[in-house]
This record gives sequence, C-alpha cells and structure tokens, in this order.
Amino acid sequence: MTSKKTTTQQAGDTPVDSDTSFRDAADPKRRRMLVTGASVVGGLGALALVTPLVSSMSPSERAKAAGAPVEADISKLTPGQLLTVEWRGKPVWIVRRTEEALASLQEVRGELSDPDSDQEQQPSYAKNENRSINPEVLVMIGICTHLGCSPTYRPDIAPADLGADWKGGFFCPCHGSKFDYAGRVYAGVPAPTNLEVPPHEYLSDSLIIIGEDGGAAA
Amino acid sequence: MTFQLSTWLKGSALILSLTVSSVASAAGGNVELESPRIDQSNEKSLQRGAKVFANYCMGCHSADYHRYGRLARDLGLTDEDVSENLIFTTDKDGAPTKIGSLMEITMTEDYARASFGVVPPNLALTARSRGVDWIYSYLKGFYLDPERGGVGVNNTVYPGAAMPHVLWDLQGWRKAIYEEVDGAKVITGFEQVTEGSLTPAEYDKTIADLTNFMAYLADPIKTTRHRIGTWVLAFLFVLLAISYFLKKEYWRDVT
Amino acid sequence: MSNNSAGQNSGGQGAGGQGAGGMMGWIDERFPLTKLLEEHVTKYYAPKNFNFWYYFGALSLLVLIIQIVTGIFLTMNYKPDGELAFTSVEYIMRDVNFGWLIRYMHSTGASMFFVVVYLHMFRALMYGSYKKPRELLWIFGMLIYVCLMAEAFMGYLLPWGQMSYWGAQVIISLFGAIPFGIGDAVTLWLKGDYIVSDATLNRFFALHVIAVPLVLIMLVAAHIMALHEVGSNNPDGVDIKKNKNAAGIPKDGIPFHPYYTVKDFMGAIVFLIVFFTIVFFMPEMGGYFLEHANFIPADPLKTPEHIAPVWYFTPFYAILRAVPDKLGGVMAMGAAIVVLFFLPWIDRNNVRSIRYRSLAYKVLLFSFVIAFIVLGYYGMQAPTPVGTLVSRIAALVYFGFFVGLFFVSKNEKTKPVPERVTS
Repeated sequence: MTSKKTTTQQAGDTPVDSDTSFRDAADPKRRRMLVTGASVVGGLGALALVTPLVSSMSPSERAKAAGAPVEADISKLTPGQLLTVEWRGKPVWIVRRTEEALASLQEVRGELSDPDSDQEQQPSYAKNENRSINPEVLVMIGICTHLGCSPTYRPDIAPADLGADWKGGFFCPCHGSKFDYAGRVYAGVPAPTNLEVPPHEYLSDSLIIIGEDGGAAA
Repeated sequence: MTFQLSTWLKGSALILSLTVSSVASAAGGNVELESPRIDQSNEKSLQRGAKVFANYCMGCHSADYHRYGRLARDLGLTDEDVSENLIFTTDKDGAPTKIGSLMEITMTEDYARASFGVVPPNLALTARSRGVDWIYSYLKGFYLDPERGGVGVNNTVYPGAAMPHVLWDLQGWRKAIYEEVDGAKVITGFEQVTEGSLTPAEYDKTIADLTNFMAYLADPIKTTRHRIGTWVLAFLFVLLAISYFLKKEYWRDVT
Repeated sequence: MSNNSAGQNSGGQGAGGQGAGGMMGWIDERFPLTKLLEEHVTKYYAPKNFNFWYYFGALSLLVLIIQIVTGIFLTMNYKPDGELAFTSVEYIMRDVNFGWLIRYMHSTGASMFFVVVYLHMFRALMYGSYKKPRELLWIFGMLIYVCLMAEAFMGYLLPWGQMSYWGAQVIISLFGAIPFGIGDAVTLWLKGDYIVSDATLNRFFALHVIAVPLVLIMLVAAHIMALHEVGSNNPDGVDIKKNKNAAGIPKDGIPFHPYYTVKDFMGAIVFLIVFFTIVFFMPEMGGYFLEHANFIPADPLKTPEHIAPVWYFTPFYAILRAVPDKLGGVMAMGAAIVVLFFLPWIDRNNVRSIRYRSLAYKVLLFSFVIAFIVLGYYGMQAPTPVGTLVSRIAALVYFGFFVGLFFVSKNEKTKPVPERVTS
C-alpha cells in the first residue's frame, strides 16, 4: 500500500524539502493506530511494572507474622482492673468493668457525641450498649482517635483535674480527649470518634484471641 | 498455547544456560557428583522431603530465612498440617512455634560448638551454594570409617565431614571397599554391614525428595517466577510486534 | 490546536513546538521546555544510517533507570549492617512482596549494564567515535565507565556473602601495593577497620546508594550534552553537518524524534525480552551473575576455595594476575583502563570508520577484542600455568593494540571516505 505523497508539514514543524533524508510518507490512519496501540500496550506494561514496586511497600510476611492474632488470658483479671496486650504493635486494653462502671454508661449518654456507636469503630458484634461481646469485659485498642496518643485509664471518680462529673473512663493527656467506660468519646473534645474495638473472639470463658473473629464481623 | 510457550521458554532458557556452561560450584572433593531426578513443581515430593527435613535435619540445622506459613502455602499444605507434623520447636515463652515464624531451631550456637566443634550451617541456601547434585551425592556418600574417631563415619563427597550419618536408620551402615591404585587407597565400592529400614532404591528416592525440598527452600519462588516470566515474555513479544510495525511505518519517511 | 489545514496531521507526535499559547506557552515563558525538547529530541538531527551497534547508548540509559528505580526499593528493606545484611537480602527475597523480582532485576541489571556498555564502547572503537571533535565525549564516557566499575564493586559487597566479602578484601588490598608505606595506611583507611567489616559495609552502602550514582547521573548528562553539541557519529564516520540544505538541516540527518525514538523503543523491547528471560528463568546465569559462593554469609575466617571477581571485571583481573609482581600487577591493571582515556590521541588517523581503514587497523582491533575476551575468560578461572601464560600473551596483545595503533595510524593507507552516508 503506497501512500500518496503529501505536501503537508509534519507535526514537528519540519519543513519538507526534497534534499533532506526524510519526507512525510505517512499513512496517518495506520500511524495513529500504531501510536495508540504502542502507548496503550506499553502503558499497561509500565503499569504492570509499577505494581510489584508499589506492592513491595505493603506489609511483608514478617510484618504479617508479627501482626498475627494474640491470645490473652483474662482468668486473673479482677473487676476494675486493666490488662494491656500488644497486637500489631498497638496497645489493646482488656478491662473487667465493675457494676458501677457499667451503670455509668447509661448516665453519661447525654454528654457523648456518638452514644449508639453508629460510626464503624467496632465489629458488628460489639455494636451494642456496652460495646463488647461479654458486657463485663471491654476489649479496645488504646489509641486515641485524635492524633494517635495512648489515653490513660482513669477509674477514679470526680478527680480534681477532670471535674466533679467524671464517672470514670479514659483520658488522653495529649489533647484532653475524654472517653467513657466503653471508649465512647465525649462531645466537645478533639477526638472525632469512639475508640476502636479490634476484631476478637472468645476461645473459652477466660481466653480471648485478638485479631481474629472467624469472620463474625462480616 | 500458554503451556507450549512456557515449555518453549524453559527449553530456550536451558539451552542458554548450557551454552553459558555452569561455573563449577565450590564443591570440594573430587568425586563425580550424581544428579537426582527432581522436579520442584511436584508437591508430593516436596511434602515428603519437608517431613524428612523437619525430622532429621532440623535437630541441628536451622533454615531461618524461611517461614513455616510460606512453606505451607507453597507445598499445598494447611497451616494445621504444618503445625502438627513439621513444627517440633517452641517459642521463647514455651508455646509451640507459630506458623508465621522463621524455621529456627532450639539448639544454640554455643551448644553446637561445644558438642560438634562447628556450628551446623543454615541449610536454607545450601542448594544454591553447593548445588543439588552435591547435596544428593553427599547424603548418599556416608560410610563407616574406623580411622575417624568421634562420629566414626566419613563421606565420599566431603571427606572429614563433622556431621554424623543421621539417616543411618534408613540406609543402614556401609563400609568402603578399598583398592590400591598408584600407591593410593581408593574406594571402589561399598559393602552393606547392617540393613536399613529402606531398600537402596527407596533410600535414593527419599533423599531425592529431601534434595528437592532443599532446592525449594533455597529458591522458593522458582515455580512462580517461571509462571510470571512466561506471561511477561508473551506480553513483550506482543509489544515487540507493535513496536516493529510502528518503527517500520515511521521509517517509510526516511529515504 | 493541531488542526492542520490539509487534515493530514500524523497523530501522536509532538504537540511540542506548536503554539505559543496554552500550557506549553505558559511554561516556555518561564522555562525553556520547548527549546530543550527541540534541541535534544525533535530537532536533534541524527545520521540516518545508524545500525545495530547504535542501540546500546539508549539501552545503557534504560538500564541506568532500571538500576536506580529498583535500587531505591531495595534500599527500603536492606540493612547495611554486618550482622543483618545477609539476612536482610534473604528477607527481601522471601518476605517482601515481589522483593525477589526487584532484587533479581537489580542483580541482572548490574551485569547487563556492563554488557551494553561494553558493546557501546566497542561501537565507539569501530567507528572512531572518540576522534575529533568527540574527544571530550569519549572522556566523559570513560569516566562513566570508571564510575560504573566503582558502583558495581561497592554494590557487590552489600549482599555480604562470601564472594562479596573476599572480593572486596582482594580489591582493597590492591591499594596496599602503593610503595613507601602509604599502601597499608590507605587500605586501612578505606576499610575503616583492620579487616573488611561493618564499617566498610556501611561506607560502601553510602557511596553505592548516593555518592557514586549522583556523579554518574551528572556524567551521563554531560555525556549527552557533549554528544548533542557535536552531533552523533555514524557507521561511515561522515560528518553530516558538512552537508546541510537551505534550512540548515543536515541532508543525511533525520530528527531523533520520531525516527530514533520509535527505533530505540523497539530495541528496548528486544533488550527487555533478553533481560526478563534472565530475571525470570536464569537469575544466577549459571553462576556468572550471582555467584554460588555468595549464598554463604561472609565469614572473615574462611576464604572460599576459588574466588574470582564478577565477569565484567575479569579482563582486568587477569592482567593483574599476569604480572608476577604486586605493584607491577596493580599498575598494569590501572594502565589497562587509563590508556583508554588517551585513545583519541593514540589514534592519529583522521578517518573514523573501520569501513575505510587499513587491514592493519582491522587486525589490530580484532586481536584487541579477542585478547579482551580471552583475558575475561582466564580471569574467571583458578590460576594454572597455562592460564597464566595465555593471560600474559593476551595482556601483551591488549597493550600492543595501543602501541600498534599509534604507529599504524600515522601513515595509514585508508580508503576514500564518501561525502554522504551510505545506506
């Protein structure tokens, strides 16, 4: 297929001159098709090459192994006591709440910004009054939802620094966010959402596994 | 189509590597090495090899670049299979070693040095440093040697090896038949002294499986690599065709 | 904006120099983007008769990019620590997603870099691309080559295997040949310890990942700028700038873009096919690209039975071993590299291309290449009396090339060089 000799200029403003080594002998349709083809296929190739590079930056097998589910034995946990276990490098709190603590959850409802846990900060099995599977036992990630500090456990009632209304819960020393006994955030503090409940399940009455729930959340 | 392409590619890769001719690995010993017939895509063979490796080798040799979980996935086993049948060690806290852990051993280096004089090497990469032929021949090469105190055995491939013949209950004991050749004592054959639990043919098959597993351990990505590589090359040939026509189209301008 | 009157616009190519307006116009008022593109790509006129040998410059650039990109990602997981280095490489190979691919691309890239650079240099020898006015271009190229050797040498220590370790030990010891007691002080300083150790590894890492690459990139830029200033040579060695048309365009020139971009694109795909065949199917390349002994962690108390540098260093290593004197060997090895810098002045003939040169020149170049390959082969082998003898002869041929060239080129009987390039 011979292309007709054209006198148009090439896109690079190259003057057509009989004594140069190149002239426009283009079959524009074919040329356009090939350029598009090469760009698309080549682009796919480049994308395919970027994939392993990007993927190499996500957690490695070592990180995944270190982030494997951990077991916690709560048989020795007395009412009011807090146990911290490490899961994926983060502190996970397990608190055996007292009768009074559970009762306080109702009393403070009015002061909370998300009392019914509508935000997805917990697996579905912990979206209830007490934000837990077993009402007595609270399992929660001890990282403030504001800027990642770890709040302190403040079971003391009405201390000087937190005021006479304090019914116990968690207080973040970094920016003063307050949470109740179920990790629900008070209104008017910097933290935007309730504390996060990790996926977990009971292997027995006294053994909890954190990081695994057999797909119960879904 | 893909299958044929992959066969073709493997074929050409083989030819290429033959023309390049392998650089002799740091073998040591001057015996002819025997090649096992192994195939890294044979999961059953790898599983049998893994079992021998965990039972016989991992008493002393670690392979702690590799993880049990990865091993399970690559060998077509479940995590439970591996935890129950291949993991015999415990963690620092006394709990059974977890599936995500590296293939470590409990024996410390100091203990090993005190009892064997050397630290048994990590075996995760031996198939790449010594080669599979060396491993196979080494495992076949043990014989009773009264001149050697301590372990009482020697090895044709690695004379003076510090390692005892760990697989003796499978192979049985053999002693060497010597002959004088040009004033030097040369081993010409072996004589079975006690029977092992396996016949010689079964023993060869068992250590071939073990060698296959160690080849996997040294280069676990190999089969995946070949599979992805086939697609990558197929893709590049398509792109080559396009780029060829593209070049040809533009170069019609050049007089 | 690209609405050409005749409607025959060939799609896809340079929207570049079109309008003064739009995005390009905005940029051009502030940065000479169009000017740069025209100077180096769309209006850089290259001879139309480039052959097979002219792919390797662009391919070197491609490999440089591959090395830099894969290198960045390796650095994210590698630990330059004597205790951790070897393990971290295996960590990359097994635990990091696609770490094996990134590492094999980097290790294969190292060897392929030398493959393409050696072919690129051979092209320059064949077609006299080092001759006036391209002397500086050649010198930049030689500096790149020296940097590349330093880069490869230091990179090879990082996996911290037996070959890494003892290779570094041997090469650093070369500096010990410097007389007057300076040598020992220098080796001690280079190592930063009494043996090759964690300190050595750490500084090699620093040099490998930032210092040398930085110099390398600047030299590559200088190399390309020098090339585009004087223009490309070609297989005929004809100066195409001598024959220009009324518009000032060389009659034998064609714009780099689109003609050589599409051609080099095709060449790059062929290269990538070879490259990825190695990466996916034979990353060790039979022990030439990844040596067997390097799968054993570095052990300062035990030298492997046979150590040899990676293949790309072996020609020079063979010259080192061919001389039965430590200082002499080191000097011979250094001279083998340094002498290449002076090639533009050693070759006194004005005819560039081998096509129009004498038989004597062709014989010289041919024997030089053979000597280089023979040296490369014997540099890999354990020393034997025969090997040493052959290496000595080959080393003499290697240096003989330069001596012979100096005299042959003075009054060489050359064939007439054509006015225009032949196709």
